[in-house]
Amino acid sequence: MERMEIRLAGKGGQGVILASIILAEAAVNAGKYACQTQSYGPEARGGACKAETIISDNKISYPEITVPSFVMALTQNAADKYVRNLPEGTIVVLDSSVTPPAETDKYRLYRLPILHTAEYEVGKAFTANIVAVGAINRILGICSFEELTETVLKRVPKGTEEINIKALKAGNDMDLEG
Amino acid sequence: MPSELVKREMRTENLPHIWCPGCSHGSVMRALCQAIENVGLERKNTVIVSGIGCSSRAVGYLNFDTIHTTHGRALAFATGIKLANPDLHVIVLTGDGDISAIGGNHLIHACRRNIGITCIVMNNTIYGMTGGQYSPTTPTGDFGTTAPYGNIDKDFDIPLLAASAGATFAARTTAYGIAQTITVMEKALKHKGFSVIDVASICPSYYGRRNKKGDAVKMLQWQKENSVPVKMAQNMTAEELKGMIVTGIFKDVEEPEYTEEYQKIIEKAGGKR
Amino acid sequence: MSKAVLMQGNEACVKGALKAGMRFFAGYPITPSTEIAEGCAVELPKLGGKFIQMEDELASMAAVIGASVTGTKAMTATSGPGFSLKQENIGYACEAEIPCVIVDVQRSGPSTGLPTSSSQGDVMQTRWGTHGDHPIIVLSPSSVSETYYLTIRAFNLAEKYMTPVILLMDEMIGHLRETVNLYDDVEIINRKQPDEPEGNFEAYKAGENLVPVLPVFGSGHYYNITGLTHNTWGFPTNNRKIAGDLNSRLLNKIEKNRKDIESFEEYLCDDAELLIVAYGGSARVGEESVDMLRKKGIKAGMYRPVTIWPMAETRLAELSERTGKVLVIEHNNGQYVHEVERVAGKKVEVGFIGNISGSYILPTEVVKKAEEMYYAK
Repeated sequence: MERMEIRLAGKGGQGVILASIILAEAAVNAGKYACQTQSYGPEARGGACKAETIISDNKISYPEITVPSFVMALTQNAADKYVRNLPEGTIVVLDSSVTPPAETDKYRLYRLPILHTAEYEVGKAFTANIVAVGAINRILGICSFEELTETVLKRVPKGTEEINIKALKAGNDMDLEG
Repeated sequence: MPSELVKREMRTENLPHIWCPGCSHGSVMRALCQAIENVGLERKNTVIVSGIGCSSRAVGYLNFDTIHTTHGRALAFATGIKLANPDLHVIVLTGDGDISAIGGNHLIHACRRNIGITCIVMNNTIYGMTGGQYSPTTPTGDFGTTAPYGNIDKDFDIPLLAASAGATFAARTTAYGIAQTITVMEKALKHKGFSVIDVASICPSYYGRRNKKGDAVKMLQWQKENSVPVKMAQNMTAEELKGMIVTGIFKDVEEPEYTEEYQKIIEKAGGKR
Repeated sequence: MSKAVLMQGNEACVKGALKAGMRFFAGYPITPSTEIAEGCAVELPKLGGKFIQMEDELASMAAVIGASVTGTKAMTATSGPGFSLKQENIGYACEAEIPCVIVDVQRSGPSTGLPTSSSQGDVMQTRWGTHGDHPIIVLSPSSVSETYYLTIRAFNLAEKYMTPVILLMDEMIGHLRETVNLYDDVEIINRKQPDEPEGNFEAYKAGENLVPVLPVFGSGHYYNITGLTHNTWGFPTNNRKIAGDLNSRLLNKIEKNRKDIESFEEYLCDDAELLIVAYGGSARVGEESVDMLRKKGIKAGMYRPVTIWPMAETRLAELSERTGKVLVIEHNNGQYVHEVERVAGKKVEVGFIGNISGSYILPTEVVKKAEEMYYAK
């Protein structure tokens, strides 16, 4: 795999950082190199939050994103801020609640009901990040679903395993063309 | 000639000490040696920690594992020593500026933790080492080189401060009442938890001279005449207590000690000491 | 080799410290180093070690020194604002020769600055932050796995040379999670103790490598520790001869053992015609830049000081002289660059690229600057 730069953006409390960590860890478990970083404001909940994962078959020197190959935005703010001036063909995932910014036709755009699925299908809004992880892995093919499940189980809080696996399945089974 | 006690407990090669004639720090240091012997603390397991200032120079004369630390931080160093090796008896020697000004934060937190350390404050109500500046225990209205028109700060009552911050043993004695000082020190050394003794010490060179308190003998005489036992003080009005030294044990209770509580954490985490 | 795992820089620091034998941590919460304290709070009691959250940064540094005099390997971790506060007792540890490890995960300053943004603005503070002429050893990792090994090395050097050692991290590395393969088989150095029978002990006599043998408290070897200038028994003195001898020995125990302490890494330096100098997080920018420049046909190489203080000068002097063009990258306004200029000498062109906005320098910016230097006459 050439250097793949994945940016996940949303608001604090959505678990964006954990999603980013799980993607990186799943990549490492699948024998790839990964770097994961994040930036956030002073708010623990609600502030803008951005987490980034770089995955490559080769050792990674610069650990920050330069040109993202994948951007996911779970909030309108995140979409307005990060889904702009991206190269043609960038994979962009927007939560279906988000109005796509201009020039999205030059991207490979997915509009997925991530937040809705978490809240109503899985039954817990806090599982949105794991729904997202399932969907992202389907799109990017970082590792097998089994490997991903193993990583998720290791990283999610004790007592939430069952519901998070339900969320992962929901994300993995999501109709990407929808 | 040094006494047998001094020979046993002090580094006589470092004597005479640096303190001024008439200073009572030497008596307090000797009282501590007596208390250590009376309680039977083992030299090998006794660590004496001090900060900065006249009082803190005592460690250079005491023949134990001694550490003279930075200004105000003696209790923080001592906390590290005690927590790292709870088998050690840790004694802190400090002064009023060291413990209640620059080290005030460390004092209240050591009290709050109730860590097994004995803290002896040689309180001469002045910064002696730097030449007589007012300290947090200088009585309001008194003079120092930095209070040339009289001190407008209110003074701290160290045992009350310590007791309210959570120390489980808090007392005050005087340099004049050296027998009581020794007895109270013994109790403090045997106490499980954080113990504080505020020893009213005298500084004829700076505090005494600037405040016209007379020579050392007069200052000790004053201590004798103006001391009130804590029990008696309970029945006196604030007006009656003005300018008096309330002596005795203010607080002596048993509560969980910090290093013992930490041992429980180790057990909870599945570790071994 | 162990299995590759994803690990955060701060987590690797904790793992390294535990591996080195750290059994005491005192700290105060501060971004971006807090994960180190949190990790220690969880892990230390499992090993019978002690964690304490002190009332402030000054107290944390003091408690670490206190623990160390009992023979317990001790560490604290902080960031700029806390590092400023720790300077007082770091100086004490230098003077009193108490081994300990101080981790500074740098964030943008000055003052409270940008708490969650990376920086290398403390590099001169690590050298001269505490007052007076004093010895210091500073190591700076540029990857998560190196953080693990350098934390161990920090403890080894501290115990070997009886001195505080600063592990100079930056937010970039502290908060970075990346692939690591950690070896378990590492050298661990423990503190020397006297062979002499119990009794009063001349602890501050120069031993091997000018390093004294300080008995741990509670061992029955009595001596005094002080931050005042002291004689070989540890007692304060104003004697100028003794003071001069002590201060010289303190500096010389590092100076005369530089070869053992210094460390650096070279990346594609053998045929380099342009030398990039970078350390810590900025070396990640440097390495990427070297690769990009090479693709463009410019023979660039990178010299990376790993021991920041004392600086490994000999090889840097050789490489600068040979290339004639040196570009220093730092996430600050230019601090270490002056040391590089001093070592490189007046005949070498030394350029600088820095950033004080809290952002990382982009490799493309470095490439642009390097090309300008390379093609200039």
